[in-house]
Amino acid sequence: MSENIIEVRDLVKHYPVTQGVVFKKTVGQVKAVDGVSFGLRAGETLGVVGESGCGKSTLARVLMNLERPTAGSVVYKGQDISKLSGGALRRLRRQIQLVMQDPYTSLNPRMTVGDLLGEPFEIHPEVAPKGSRRAKVRELLDLVGLNPEHINRYPHQFSGGQRQRIGIARALALRPEVIVCDEPVSALDVSIQAQVMNLLEKLQGEFGLSYVFIAHDLSVVRHLSDRVAVMYLGKIVEIGTEDEIYERPTHPYTQALLSAVPVPDPTQRHNKTIIRLTGDVPSPISPPSGCRFRTRCWKAQDVCAEQVPLLEIRPSSDHPSACHFAEKREIVASHEAA
Amino acid sequence: MSDILVSEQSAPGTGGSGRPSGRLLEVDDLRVEFRTRDGVAKVINGVTYHVDAGETLAVLGESGSGKSVTAQTIMGILDTPPGFVTNGQVRFHGKDMLTMSSEERRRIRGEGIAMIFQDALSALNPVFTVGFQIAEQFRIRRGMGRAESKKRAIEMLDQVKIPNAKGRFSNYPHQFSGGMRQRAMIAMSLALDPEVLIADEPTTALDVTVQAQIMDLLAELQRERQMGMILITHDLGVVADVADRIAVMYAGRIVEEADVYDLYAKPAHPYTLGLIDSIPRLDEKGQQLRTIKGLPPNLMNIPPGCPFNPRCPMAQPVCREKLPPLLQVGTARASACHFAEELVNRV
Repeated sequence: MSENIIEVRDLVKHYPVTQGVVFKKTVGQVKAVDGVSFGLRAGETLGVVGESGCGKSTLARVLMNLERPTAGSVVYKGQDISKLSGGALRRLRRQIQLVMQDPYTSLNPRMTVGDLLGEPFEIHPEVAPKGSRRAKVRELLDLVGLNPEHINRYPHQFSGGQRQRIGIARALALRPEVIVCDEPVSALDVSIQAQVMNLLEKLQGEFGLSYVFIAHDLSVVRHLSDRVAVMYLGKIVEIGTEDEIYERPTHPYTQALLSAVPVPDPTQRHNKTIIRLTGDVPSPISPPSGCRFRTRCWKAQDVCAEQVPLLEIRPSSDHPSACHFAEKREIVASHEAA
Repeated sequence: MSDILVSEQSAPGTGGSGRPSGRLLEVDDLRVEFRTRDGVAKVINGVTYHVDAGETLAVLGESGSGKSVTAQTIMGILDTPPGFVTNGQVRFHGKDMLTMSSEERRRIRGEGIAMIFQDALSALNPVFTVGFQIAEQFRIRRGMGRAESKKRAIEMLDQVKIPNAKGRFSNYPHQFSGGMRQRAMIAMSLALDPEVLIADEPTTALDVTVQAQIMDLLAELQRERQMGMILITHDLGVVADVADRIAVMYAGRIVEEADVYDLYAKPAHPYTLGLIDSIPRLDEKGQQLRTIKGLPPNLMNIPPGCPFNPRCPMAQPVCREKLPPLLQVGTARASACHFAEELVNRV
């Protein structure tokens, strides 16, 4: 496990549900992340996919130590991030940075781009001495494909895609090793989305970054990721290389998810079978017993209600899959190589 | 589909041609501008399309292309000011809706043309029960009593496959999940059995598995009722699954219109080509995505000539001078590009 730059073990994050104003009492727990383990290797992109409410954004916040985990650990190069505070935490934050989803609310409208990108250097003055900051900011703007002349502009003078570039530049400012991207392209138009994805790939090559790439769009995740983790109701249900997940999925939820993605090719209209899931995702306050997916699963048996299926390699699955009845099933019609 | 309407981009202010045809719903050379404090934004610059009974027209475009404003103009819910229709007609059964009285127009809404919106939570009224909001239409428009309108509303909820429709009748919108809200809104829009349904990004806010459920439901209801449907979306995947015909919009114009199979097989406009190339695909692990360089134009200052020319890899001097009209290419499609023939005929 030495090649893992981040090692996540049995991570749990519960939020209390309270009732009453004066006499607050806890009536339940929202189990946003409930026992997640994985490793992030140096230089790779780990994609995390799942539907809304599955806990992927909470995972990002806990990875960054913006939220303290309820249990479990996030180990970065031998140091448990979740136990750090003060100066030690601040020093470590240099290495792990976050790109947020909404480029409209994640930039302070009253600060110029120069101030926004210069702020990381105020907190970490050792990275760039005072005199060189302006030049550093210009360099960053150039790096993400923005005009360095625009250093005195405000966020509202930029389009959505350009603002996301500013967000990426800010994450890059301190030359981190890991960037956690939480839905970085989902608010962007198709033609702009492709530009930002290419930029992320280019920067990874240039600086040897590791990405945790969180998104709900399975096509985007496939395009960028080396390995992929699929989440459902606070747990990882399947994890593997991009090929393993997309070509040989063994968990029913992954299969259903993949089959539901519309393919931009009308000639495939009648060739594909969509696995219809019924109903909605259950509430994370009281998830189903045993396997959490069983209430929507067509394979569910009695054992699924009784036993929690572990995320492990199974006889019929060459990569870890949390299903008692894991089984290969071809979903994505492999496209003839162009 | 050999009958695509071809429009010359006529000068503003000349008015629609007004010739009657057998079409269900037609938009004819529509122009809309937004007059704001900062200047005049030309949001729609001569849009012509039509939809017939039983067919699905997809209107594809990115934010700011004018696809939603066209729909708002059809429904008569354009905010005036700042939005003003400066030219064109919207004909329903041959009758121009923009010049009819507001009473006549009101009768068409709901019964003739209905609309569903992207964000069901803000489209539903939070202080009334879902059932009440559906039943209201039967009481007001059909003159039914309380009991009967309630019965019909429950039937509608049942038709859109909301489990336990009877119990759900008296729930408020916040008690519904995202997918269920979207279903409730579909029930509401179909209550008066409209001939045309406009769906404005109906699944954009939903998860993929729920999106598949909603698109199925819409397709099924459309088949049963032989409705015409205008599906407004930016998602090339959803369009490929359900559309019959596609109109691609850019900077307030239709730049290409074609049968769904033709459009994906061989785009006749460089913008469409760029869009198709720039989406990552689930069934391919691509290397680098091809992109469309630059940004969509500022609608207050649309470049002269073809509005796409600053971003177009094929742009020639003529593109900077002359606005290409939407002209027929081959037999069954139209493109607004000076080099459409070359694009279609390339191997």
